[in-house]
Amino acid sequence: MPESNRGFSAYFRRDLLLAYRRRGEVASPIIFFVMVATLIPLGITPEADSLKELAPGTIWVMALLATLLSAEGLFVSDYKDGSLEQLLISPNMLVMPIFGKVTAHWITTGLPLTLASPLIGLMLSLPSVAYLPMMAGLALGTGCLSFLAAIGAALTVSLQKGSLLLTLIVMPLYMPIIIFGSAVMQYSIDGMAWSGPLAILGAMLAVAIALCPLAIAAVLRLITIN
Amino acid sequence: MVNSSLLTVNDLRFERDDIPVINGACLTLNVGEILQIEGPNGSGKTTLLRILTTALQPSGGEILYRGQILSECRFDYLSNILFLGHQSALKLTLTAEENLSWTTSELPGSVSIMEALEQVGLRGYSDVPCHKLSEGQQRRVALARLLVTNAEVWFLDEPFSALDKQGVQFVEQCMERHIKGGGAVMLTTHQPIGMEPVRRYSLVGSSVGGGF
Repeated sequence: MPESNRGFSAYFRRDLLLAYRRRGEVASPIIFFVMVATLIPLGITPEADSLKELAPGTIWVMALLATLLSAEGLFVSDYKDGSLEQLLISPNMLVMPIFGKVTAHWITTGLPLTLASPLIGLMLSLPSVAYLPMMAGLALGTGCLSFLAAIGAALTVSLQKGSLLLTLIVMPLYMPIIIFGSAVMQYSIDGMAWSGPLAILGAMLAVAIALCPLAIAAVLRLITIN
Repeated sequence: MVNSSLLTVNDLRFERDDIPVINGACLTLNVGEILQIEGPNGSGKTTLLRILTTALQPSGGEILYRGQILSECRFDYLSNILFLGHQSALKLTLTAEENLSWTTSELPGSVSIMEALEQVGLRGYSDVPCHKLSEGQQRRVALARLLVTNAEVWFLDEPFSALDKQGVQFVEQCMERHIKGGGAVMLTTHQPIGMEPVRRYSLVGSSVGGGF
């Protein structure tokens, strides 16, 4: 157990440190998230009633795109500079470093997205009752998004221009998360109990944490071994 | 000599897209030995090292580590090898010290990172981001990994590239110390090595066995 913990924390800390050194790059998905949300009232209508209808879907689609934007680099730089190879030939389990890397990815994208979301809620005149469900849903949902995006990033790691393919691979997997994520917000706006869809998001995150690192490890071995 | 044989490779084959790259390589690596893999560009030197470090899966043949089949002692084997490839595996935005600390978290060793950096001639550079170092200096940071781990077998792929004369000498000294301490080195290089106890293995007609 200490062995596997070390694999997790070493890569978790390393990726956070790398993100800290490239703060500008890491901030761009969040800025994208906020800017696009600003365009919605400008482009469609500034009317609060119509915006309220659009808000849940818009926020979740933005979150999805912002995660995808940042996911491409998850393994590419490690692949190019040879550190992925070093990771693959390390004696420790591959799953824990991957878990660490994806967690670091969530800390640098999903978490800031969640924290920035009230700002977007404000711009889309989201009713105040929906703020807490939105943040809870985003916190769990962006975790799933990070894990699924990591599978796509692993599959496209050896490609020159993998970002479009990554999007095509991962998009269909995002559908259930979008559905339940926006349902959490919609339910709360409509005054219904929103813990149901939130629990499903939590369950999906639990499954993603348990299975995605295994899938990513298998994919990385498969791709680099040829 | 059976006991001192660290690594035995029998009839190793590797194909890429149905084109044979390595065709029946047979070689042994003994304790206290430096084995230089020779061959023209494209003869599969790097491929051979990558197979032996388990980064690639061979199409056929067997690899024995201390007489045991590799797949049966994988953890033991991987805990005792160090691979230094063409790519330095350095994160350029991290400092030399940070890069090395991540290596030691995987394969802990006895020499401290500061000592290792001093030995490779980078004293005072430990907190400089690697992208501010020259290519040769980056190479030296990568080489410092040899010092901070306790790995028994070193696989070095072109360790002398981008190094100056002193750098080359330094690597040679490291290898000498390493084999005297009971380790073994397998390396590829096109440069002549200035040390004596080097055995060569040619990959050109790789169906022919290794030898002096």
